[in-house]
Amino acid sequence: MGDNLISVNNVSVNFDYQENFISKKQKIHAVNNINIKIKKGSFFGLVGESGSGKTTLGRAILGANKISSGNVIFHDDERDYDLTNMNKQDLKEYRKKAQLIFQDPYAALSPRMTVRDIIAEPLEVMKITNSRQETDERVRDIAAKCRLNIEHLRRFPHAFSGGQRQRISIARALVSNPKFIVADESVAALDVSIQADILNLLKQLQSELNLTYLFISHDLSVVAHVCDVVAVMYLGHIVEMGPSRELFKNPKHSYTKALLSSIPSIDPEKRSEAIELKGEIPSALNPPPGCVFRTRCPNPGIDCKGGEITMGLTEVEPGHWVDQCCVL
Amino acid sequence: MSHLLEVKNLDVKFDTDEGRITAVENISLSVDQGEVLGIVGESGSGKSVTAKSIMKLNPGNTSYNEDAEIILDNENILQFTSKQDLKKIRGGKVSMIFQEPMASFAPAIKIGAQMVEQLVIHKNINKDEAKSISINMLKRVGIADAEKRFNQYAFELSGGMRQRAMIAMALSTMPKLLLADEPTTALDVTIQAQVINLIKDIIKEYQMGVIFITHDLGVIAQVADHVAVMYLGSVVEKGPVNEILKNPKHPYTKGLLQALPDINNLDAPLSPIPGNIPSPLDRPTGCVFRTRCPHHNPEGKDGKIEMKLIEVEPGHWVDQCGIQCGQNG
Repeated sequence: MGDNLISVNNVSVNFDYQENFISKKQKIHAVNNINIKIKKGSFFGLVGESGSGKTTLGRAILGANKISSGNVIFHDDERDYDLTNMNKQDLKEYRKKAQLIFQDPYAALSPRMTVRDIIAEPLEVMKITNSRQETDERVRDIAAKCRLNIEHLRRFPHAFSGGQRQRISIARALVSNPKFIVADESVAALDVSIQADILNLLKQLQSELNLTYLFISHDLSVVAHVCDVVAVMYLGHIVEMGPSRELFKNPKHSYTKALLSSIPSIDPEKRSEAIELKGEIPSALNPPPGCVFRTRCPNPGIDCKGGEITMGLTEVEPGHWVDQCCVL
Repeated sequence: MSHLLEVKNLDVKFDTDEGRITAVENISLSVDQGEVLGIVGESGSGKSVTAKSIMKLNPGNTSYNEDAEIILDNENILQFTSKQDLKKIRGGKVSMIFQEPMASFAPAIKIGAQMVEQLVIHKNINKDEAKSISINMLKRVGIADAEKRFNQYAFELSGGMRQRAMIAMALSTMPKLLLADEPTTALDVTIQAQVINLIKDIIKEYQMGVIFITHDLGVIAQVADHVAVMYLGSVVEKGPVNEILKNPKHPYTKGLLQALPDINNLDAPLSPIPGNIPSPLDRPTGCVFRTRCPHHNPEGKDGKIEMKLIEVEPGHWVDQCGIQCGQNG
């Protein structure tokens, strides 16, 4: 267990759903039987379309969503935290160690608080610092690390551009000195030149502060650039997982292949080689039995078309796991 | 041959409490029939304002310069003032599709009713004819169960389907020019690929001109014939898509390309363009990009070089300050 920070074991998350008060209660299977290990110091990428369960899984790992079955273990230096079985005191400790960076830097910052107060709030709420002076010191320290101007701390968020706001959000997430960060679509709302800046900053902070990231994104080129390990999700399942370069160079699952071919190429001469997927992602209320991707799969086998093959990952190369339906 | 649309020397200014903002300065563009002009640039570069000017959809505090011309079909749109004239343009000769189709459909009116309403206004036909045109158009854009969808509300459709319905609605009046403002930005990549292919097919079929606005250079590479790169209200470089993406001259275009993560070249570092876009309230004089330009020459840095596009290759125009800077770096 030595080099893993997070172990996710057979985790499923279901939500209750009732269309209106007289209709039957149904279950939404948002995340199904997920197993992942996140190594210390790694940049773990989670990709997939909207509705694939990326965010739900990220929130489950942070303890912000209830886990329906399975467990998540956070391996700290001295002890392990079991997220499914935690008392209030443990949860408070865990919150200091695992933090979230949001997608929209315009919605994530309170317009009525100064930047200093925004960054200091976690310290005050979690009672990490003992005096105002100590708080100020830590705020200034983390602001400098996130390349924010010290003079800017007295201003309000409206005075800042999208990129600067995202740096404020990052500073706020890092001020409690966490070990694990979930970055949920943290660069999706930014222009390309600013996106590059924030990605570089995240990388730099990772080595400076020994951080481990779970990086959730729908943008495969971004994930390919920053992540060491990538898991591809579809309708609540991981369909392929492996070292990022191996996975992008040598994708095995038809869904990963289709996703990769759908990225618009920057070369105008390479037009439209996309493997076009028909239709849209099915509803998580009644996912297709067997392989969840078979309703859109461009080349389904006879067995998987009938839904006779159950979902499950098989190791095809060391560390490269693919859902068995696409391996057969 | 005259162009389908020609924009000449357009300035767009907004009067605000904090002063007069120059949103667009001295822009000249043209679009031919069956051609896609891509406009790229970051947020705040004036892409959408330019497109909205073509339909005169900018808010009441807008002023256009007197010598500007937006000529569509030999008529200068900027001279139009009466509702009657503007109606011919808006939804008639020119249609627009937006980024967020949920915000563009009225939430409490059925999609079909909205499609029929605009057809009746523009095409002088009765409701039954309009209904059959609408349902055919919904089928054409690949919506299954078109008759059922016709009687549904926008919230009942998924994101990709809503965007298809939006395209069907924009095309049903057979406009000569289609303005597409970030039409695929809110969509997942697999759905984006479907919508891009659909738009390309339809352009070929109906031979309309298209202005395609996006911040995604990959999308531009896939759809556009010509590209204009905008920065802070000015066009800094324009030309055929191959030229611009493979042989960029302006440091801003180069910067955009270097900041883009390329999945085929994972070893290349991501280099952001330094600094931030200046506020349009204190727009730099001279070259607008000089405050962030990594290779500025001394005169350009002082703002002594005026913005002016120069033709460096046939059809490939670059701002004169950018040509010098581009050679330095």
